[in-house]
Amino acid sequence: MKPSKTWVIIVAVIVVLVGIRMSIGQGMARAYVERVDQSVDVKANATHVATTFKWTEWHPVQPKMYEAAQKADANQTRFAFSWANTIGLWLSAFFTLAIFSFLYRDNPGYRLAEAVIIGVSAAYWGVVGFWDTLVPKLFGALTPMLVHEKVLPSLPDPTMGQVVAMYFALALGIMLLMRLAPKGGWISLWPIAFIIGVTAGLKIVSHVESDLVAQTVATFQPLVNLKSADHVTQLWPTIWASLANILLVVGVLCCLTYFFFSVDHKGAVGRVARVGIMYLMITFGAAFGFTVMGRVALLAARVEFLFDDWLWLIDPAGKRIVEMATAVGSMLCWW
Amino acid sequence: MKRLVPMWIAIVAGFVMLLSAFFPITESLGETMGDVFNVVAAIAFILGAGSLAKVNLAKISQRDQGWGYAAITLICFAITLAVGLGKFGVPPSAQFPALGWSGEKDAEGSIFGWIYEYALVPITSTMFALLAFYVASAAFRAFRAKNLEAILLLSTAFIVLLGRTFAGVVLTGWLPDWASGLRLENLSVYIMQVFNTAGNRAIIIGIALGVTATSLRILLGVDRSWMGSGD
Amino acid sequence: MSKFITILEGLDRRWIFLAMAISVAGPILIIGITGKTLPETPTPAARAVYSEIEKLPVGTPVLIAFDFDPASGGELTPMATSLVHQCAARGLRMVFIALWPLGPQLIDETIRRVILADYPNLKEGIDYVNVGFQSGNEAVMKVMLTDFAKAFPITKNGTAVGDVVALKGIQRASDFPLLVEVCAGYPGAKEWIQYVISSSGGKIKMVTGCTGVQTPQLYPYYPVQLNGMLGAIKGAAEYESLVNSSLAPKDSSAAIPAKYLEAQRRMGPQLGAHLLMVGLIILGNIAFFAQRKSKVRATS
Repeated sequence: MKPSKTWVIIVAVIVVLVGIRMSIGQGMARAYVERVDQSVDVKANATHVATTFKWTEWHPVQPKMYEAAQKADANQTRFAFSWANTIGLWLSAFFTLAIFSFLYRDNPGYRLAEAVIIGVSAAYWGVVGFWDTLVPKLFGALTPMLVHEKVLPSLPDPTMGQVVAMYFALALGIMLLMRLAPKGGWISLWPIAFIIGVTAGLKIVSHVESDLVAQTVATFQPLVNLKSADHVTQLWPTIWASLANILLVVGVLCCLTYFFFSVDHKGAVGRVARVGIMYLMITFGAAFGFTVMGRVALLAARVEFLFDDWLWLIDPAGKRIVEMATAVGSMLCWW
Repeated sequence: MKRLVPMWIAIVAGFVMLLSAFFPITESLGETMGDVFNVVAAIAFILGAGSLAKVNLAKISQRDQGWGYAAITLICFAITLAVGLGKFGVPPSAQFPALGWSGEKDAEGSIFGWIYEYALVPITSTMFALLAFYVASAAFRAFRAKNLEAILLLSTAFIVLLGRTFAGVVLTGWLPDWASGLRLENLSVYIMQVFNTAGNRAIIIGIALGVTATSLRILLGVDRSWMGSGD
Repeated sequence: MSKFITILEGLDRRWIFLAMAISVAGPILIIGITGKTLPETPTPAARAVYSEIEKLPVGTPVLIAFDFDPASGGELTPMATSLVHQCAARGLRMVFIALWPLGPQLIDETIRRVILADYPNLKEGIDYVNVGFQSGNEAVMKVMLTDFAKAFPITKNGTAVGDVVALKGIQRASDFPLLVEVCAGYPGAKEWIQYVISSSGGKIKMVTGCTGVQTPQLYPYYPVQLNGMLGAIKGAAEYESLVNSSLAPKDSSAAIPAKYLEAQRRMGPQLGAHLLMVGLIILGNIAFFAQRKSKVRATS
């Protein structure tokens, strides 16, 4: 499928506008950092002598802080242009546009972004699981000395019970990883059984307590809900509130009747079930409305990123010195 | 043996968790089980990562269609894993500067944090944002007022869409106080609190019954479908 | 007219995509340049969130769970910002946790954006602490119910939770009078209600900020099991306006920082997109009925 002329023109116009934006005003998509020198004195202990540790950190700052510092002293070294973060910004913009390009049709840019995210997120989860759970809990119990000396000196010593439990967890974990082995994958069914059993045991209590009992109790509402102010019953609020309770009770019963498939939905049961279907349609309509709302908010956030952080077209947070209206004005003048 | 042991593991683990909710004496056992579960869940992350590597390596070695993208996936996977586990670029922790590994893995300045900020955030959030376009296209093509049920669905969607924005105030803000319940913004709240609550409550109660029944079947060893039909 | 119907019937989906892009981008540009936002009237659910936090005495420990990832940040970041803003202004002891692997990063970002920027007097480890992530979903909740330190042995920066002043007196989850949950799915508000709130016997109250997809599913729990709720970006905007009006600078000429207006700004594109959706549904139905009418005519 060849792109139609109209779409080629639209994309060309956008590219030209971005090009113009790059060349006017302060340009776009640059990131700056602040130099922060750290110094920590460490007292002498059994393993090392008293030392002062010094290192430099670079914290992201708003462009206007860099510009103000440069204006005051062109040779200042506190604030600096950050190549790493600027490249990152452009990469973010590239990934954002690459994903959006799928709206036209599938293309290598989209596939590239997709391939990147699959690899990155799998590794990310693995790293988080390792440092946040396995190191303090598993290795902290099985090799406490090593963990204390290298990573977490303040981690409390494990109890005997914890050590035993973690050996058990390690055994289950190794069995689970056997799934990757060419042979012996059947043993991974043991940890899966443990996961299934624990989840089932947890779910019985929670679902009965929270969803079955509590939700049923919450449905028992007074059908006449008197609303009063200054000891005088108010007509319209009482009507609205009572109607709400009646509709709620009726609705729950009708929907439950619809879900009750052991009886044929004929006659009176059929009519009640049909009312239930209507309630469910309203429920789905509301769900649709809220889903749209959610997705649009996510889209707005990405467009804000493109306009604010990348193109520097808008500046709601006042991150830059130049008024963005001026930049937009100059862009329109160019146009 | 291959099916009997897992079945008993599930039964014992399940009953321990179940009893720990009722008898204080078994509370700590349930707590320990939960702790073991959490560690196994973390190991499952590694299993997921390993599985991804395995699948993509196979794709590359067999030169399957799209193997180039599989290679990119693997490269990104390896880089992220290496910089994350190695804590590359992580400044020392201010509390324990003597320990090289004590800094936070995703601290400012770390490569892992950079990957999060400039690859993970833009790609995942844009992927979710894409759905806004597709939902619009689907609404144009599929939302048809064919019958009463469809009309109800459509009108609710209209009320929620308009009532949850400033459009609701503009369109029905003129209604008098006694009919304020009919203003779109109030109507949308009313729909959520009454009709939506009724519908979703019935669904919740239905799911609760289903989950309880399935869990009981597993704990009693009646349902073994989770083991699959394998050897 | 018939030509218009023919165009509608054969409309390429990419034109709809373009219309959606314009309806979102246009208001963003206008609001970005003018700085104006639309007014908000808070609903009872948003007011409830505000009042549940406001009625806690100064220094009360509050458990704040960030169970979402950047993919839902567009909806949830503004409410997370405002929730932390109110808690910090109220002087509550904030204990942040996450059951989503990417949650701790979002906690750090919110701490930088709100606490470090506007409440520099609050000390890490004393007034607030990021306890970080633990894997296991509901099982973590189960362990927390009886032993918080066992579920989360160390904080994100590597301090043992037993040594953290902010966690003094906290043995188990029920020692927190309020749970503030910002969530995007599983595990989220629903699981907290099922596994913690229900088991605590009413000791813990809970308020939540959730995505649009979750909002309808959580309504049945409000207000009995869930004391307050911010549904989607609209809920965030309502709550944001509440917090801003209560914490407005004494000097009325001082502007509210842009970071505390994020949700209200986002209601502009929301309006544009919702109107477009309504218009598209109407147009789609016009085309559908016109087509049906012509079919009936042809058969008769």
